[in-house]
Amino acid sequence: MRRLVVAAALALPMLGQAAIAQETVKLGYIDPLSGGGASVGEGGLKTFQYLAEELNAKGGILGKKVEIVPLDNKTNPQESLIQAQKAIDAGVRYVTQGNGSAVGGALSDFVTKYNERNPGKEVLYYNYAAVDPILTNDKCSFWHFRWDANSDIKMEALTNYMKDQPAIKKVYLINQDYSFGQSVRTTARAMLAKKRSDIQIVGDELHPLLKITDFAPYVAKIKASGADTVVTGNWGQDIALLLKASADAGLKVNWYTYYAGGSGGPTAIKQTGLNHQVFQITEGFANVDHKESQDFEKAFRAKVDLSLWYPRAVNEMRMFAAAAEKAKSLEPIKVAQALEDMKFEVFNGGEGIMRKDDHQFFQPIYISSFGERSEKEPFDDEKTGWGWKLVAKVDTAQTMLPTTCKMDRP
Amino acid sequence: MRDITVSAAPPPPALADKLKFYGIWVGVALILLLLPKILSSGGSLTTFSLIGISIIFALSYNILLGQTGMLSFGHAVYYGLGGFLAIHAINFIVGHKFPIPLPLVPMIGGATGLFFAALIGWVSTQRSGTAFAMISLGLAELVASSALILRSFFGGEAGVSANRTKLLKVFDWNFGPQIQIYYLVAAWTLVAVIAMYALTRTPLGRMCNAVRDNPERVQFVGYDPHVIRYLAFCFAGFFAGIAGALAAINFEIANSAYLGAVQSGTVLFAAYIGGIGFFIGPIVGAIFVTFLSLGLSDVTPVWQLYFGLFFIAVVMFAPGGITGLLMMHRPLLKGGTMLRVLPSYAVALLPTLAMVIGLMLAIESTVHYTVNPSENPHIRAFGIPFNAASPLTWAAALALIVVGFALARLSWRRVGHAWDEALTTARQNGVAA
Amino acid sequence: MLELIVISTLNGVLYGMLLFLMASGLTVIFSMLGVLNFAHASFYMLGAFFGFQISRWVGFWPALLIAPLLAGAIGAAVERYGLRRVHKNGHVAELLFTFGLAFAIEEIVQIIWGKSPVDFRVPPLLDFPAFTIFSTNYPAFKMFMLLVSVAIFLGLLLALKKTRIGLIVQAALTHPHMVGHLGHNVGRIFMLVFGVGTALAAVAGVIAGPALVTQSNMAGLLGPILFVVVVVGGLGSLPGAFIASLLIGLLQTFAVSMNASLAGLLGPLSPDLAQSWLSDIWNVTIAQIAPIMPYLLLVLVLIFRPMGLLGTRDT
Repeated sequence: MRRLVVAAALALPMLGQAAIAQETVKLGYIDPLSGGGASVGEGGLKTFQYLAEELNAKGGILGKKVEIVPLDNKTNPQESLIQAQKAIDAGVRYVTQGNGSAVGGALSDFVTKYNERNPGKEVLYYNYAAVDPILTNDKCSFWHFRWDANSDIKMEALTNYMKDQPAIKKVYLINQDYSFGQSVRTTARAMLAKKRSDIQIVGDELHPLLKITDFAPYVAKIKASGADTVVTGNWGQDIALLLKASADAGLKVNWYTYYAGGSGGPTAIKQTGLNHQVFQITEGFANVDHKESQDFEKAFRAKVDLSLWYPRAVNEMRMFAAAAEKAKSLEPIKVAQALEDMKFEVFNGGEGIMRKDDHQFFQPIYISSFGERSEKEPFDDEKTGWGWKLVAKVDTAQTMLPTTCKMDRP
Repeated sequence: MRDITVSAAPPPPALADKLKFYGIWVGVALILLLLPKILSSGGSLTTFSLIGISIIFALSYNILLGQTGMLSFGHAVYYGLGGFLAIHAINFIVGHKFPIPLPLVPMIGGATGLFFAALIGWVSTQRSGTAFAMISLGLAELVASSALILRSFFGGEAGVSANRTKLLKVFDWNFGPQIQIYYLVAAWTLVAVIAMYALTRTPLGRMCNAVRDNPERVQFVGYDPHVIRYLAFCFAGFFAGIAGALAAINFEIANSAYLGAVQSGTVLFAAYIGGIGFFIGPIVGAIFVTFLSLGLSDVTPVWQLYFGLFFIAVVMFAPGGITGLLMMHRPLLKGGTMLRVLPSYAVALLPTLAMVIGLMLAIESTVHYTVNPSENPHIRAFGIPFNAASPLTWAAALALIVVGFALARLSWRRVGHAWDEALTTARQNGVAA
Repeated sequence: MLELIVISTLNGVLYGMLLFLMASGLTVIFSMLGVLNFAHASFYMLGAFFGFQISRWVGFWPALLIAPLLAGAIGAAVERYGLRRVHKNGHVAELLFTFGLAFAIEEIVQIIWGKSPVDFRVPPLLDFPAFTIFSTNYPAFKMFMLLVSVAIFLGLLLALKKTRIGLIVQAALTHPHMVGHLGHNVGRIFMLVFGVGTALAAVAGVIAGPALVTQSNMAGLLGPILFVVVVVGGLGSLPGAFIASLLIGLLQTFAVSMNASLAGLLGPLSPDLAQSWLSDIWNVTIAQIAPIMPYLLLVLVLIFRPMGLLGTRDT
């Protein structure tokens, strides 16, 4: 028996031990890799690994190879802090995270305290998707940088578009009952009231996060309210199930969403046949008429069999490299200073800027709708045949919002 | 629910044993003191702190399950509320500049746990068994969901954070570095463990055992089982609150995950895997489960599957938990027949190991095919590289499972025989089983 | 208003019947074996995924038959080779066994079918609106769900009242020990009941999969609610489970449609309360707390009527 084991072990080719003699730049990727959020986390990990390979093919950062260190946080703030500690032990000085504002807040807090208590061993936190505005307002930190537009910025862009749509008369708000959903709801109310006082808010719903299996009761309520437009920050199964239930009930409204393009969303839209009735607001998407990003998309899809859901991750990695080159150092504090007020040509074209006051990145924002494609939209999504079509583009200057951040600088 | 554990409380120690007994505690204190000298990285200190917290929590849970026979699905409620109150207390103390140092804050958590246990417990402990389990489940869901609704106290899903370094300093410690937190947790763990051990030796502790084993007779001798369950529940809530407060201090944040079903489930796992029939069981379980939950996700992406399978294996083959398994050998050791079973263990171990390896190989290869089919088939699992595409791998996995299973069955049967013989001989030598 | 009431009633009944499909198996298992089967919802999930896979190969209708049979066979095997061994170690051990099983099943489903929802569609035969009421469509498939649930309820009642096995099972529900003493092969009955119970959950999975979502976390979403149904309905009572399912279905659906809050009710009396630390309780709407209603009901029932609504035995 033992011989068999030994023989089997010897027969297996000893590979995968690519020796990396030279020192590397380690980026700790702290996101869910198991459990409910894993499908999103794995997509992100593949994106970052692809971007690291791209950088390494060009010689890495300051001649050092970039290595992504995956760390599973199980979408739990405490677990994230343990993983961050583990990463720091392993020599990581840069961490990136995106899924969940609760995790983002905990990490930002942790990094700030850690840097205060361990001078000379600072760690930087790159946030690529946690969009709670508080992270760049009341709870802002010098050690936190955010590449995604926060939910207020997105709402500003969305309402700027909505105010010119005379067909919108009755709006229904339905959001997940937690900080992000709350912030979508309050800003939507405030901004719509300011920009289009004639729009009536006919419903304002909060439902528990990721716990609803059947949205039929909520759809009945939307229907009874007579709304023509629904605004929602829902993501994950909450958007897919909501769309499905509304298609079942034959609800005919336009959907303005933050995350309808996320994993499972396009499949649900196609299933329900909501042709160009679902809009989403993002910092970029595959069908933007911009050659470089379309080439990138093609190569990316060929390699990892996913559509690029995080153009902001591309901006993050490229700006990281550019800032390190500019500072001529990989010391986090110097990279952070180089990132401040850095202007950068973003992935989908146009100029973005990392504002020094609050470390929020500002960039062009796109509103797109999902449905049948013309020749202008070469890419579909989730193999549905349908794709995202450009509806409106909001320029960087129009997304600038004031901040309440009072940053403590080292 | 009466049959969950069979061991009665141990008899009071003889005078000769006392030296040995106190020696153990002093030894534990010394180990706790010296541990960070050997392993001093931030990660291992965090791990030790978490283990300490987990030990207090698991022991407090065992006051309910192991000692009083109450199965609770909502013990995290008291842990979580203790944590929240501790965080609020830190913020309050800092805000008002009260001269209260950080090491006293866990007391506030404990008091919170006690308060809520006293409040809720009176109703829920009126019944035992399944009714109690279901009430605890319902209450846990209620509290956990309310945490997301009552935002000004619980801070929504982001939770409430605090800065532990801003309190009154003791001995010039500001409790910023993890090493200082480690010593804080270690001290509290030692105190709490001693207190909970002492509790088992009090008349109340004995009556808890009696309520677990036969509530009717407890009534006959003039005690009210409800009151005893209630008191046990309050003590459990108190120590859970301390554990929660320590966790809050360690992370400097409290959020709704503290109160949730996962936390309640983990403590049940820890107590059961360790063995609820012995005082030391939950301690072993807490250490083991903490290591498992921290380390397993690093070596394999499907750690939940291994966790589930491991759990099933423990429940099926070692119902007394790890400690139960070890304690089974005590009569053999005392009777001097331990050596008779060891060879058969060695024989049984080999095919069992082969079967486990085969199973792991099969799982990891399957995972590779379904999760990352387009990637390089030369994968690593548990640090061992192998080729998932090679038919040899699949054949080896299959052979290991089938042959391993067949041989393991045979050899474990032999272990059973050897065991019986050894036990009989041990009994003849005059050692009670 | 009438529109909302009618539609909420319909939705509530639909949801309640779905709950009943799953709870019917669980209540029989729970009352007979005394096992809190935490993995019961996992069999619901297995049913949905088997249904998805088989309907890919041979179509939806054969899947509706084969998937529950498969899941039922797995359930019976679990009872025979797992639970029965664990039984001698007591209830906590049994419960933890099913706990571990739920973990393992979820992960295995994730390994095979991935973590994102799969594209499980309503069969074309039933993919049309059955009727329109207040301009809301009612899909034929949901009517089909309703029909299947009612048919199963009636079938189960008949089988329990009129067949020999049914009588034994019924006896075992209220007097499990006596049945054993009378010389019936309790082991085999347990296995059968467990198999049938899990198969029923799988039926629910196959018909709920296309209507709701087929995803690896679907078990975790419904699992705890099932216990509520069983305990509220009362141990050993199938009609109790039926009533409890409907009650919880309606309760949740109606709660969602209500926007009332304390602030709305009493707001004019004391407007300054809305600003204080009580503001959360003050402003929360009934719709927001809809999902925790069942647990509130559970706690209240257990405190005031521990044997459940129609229970015959104390839990």
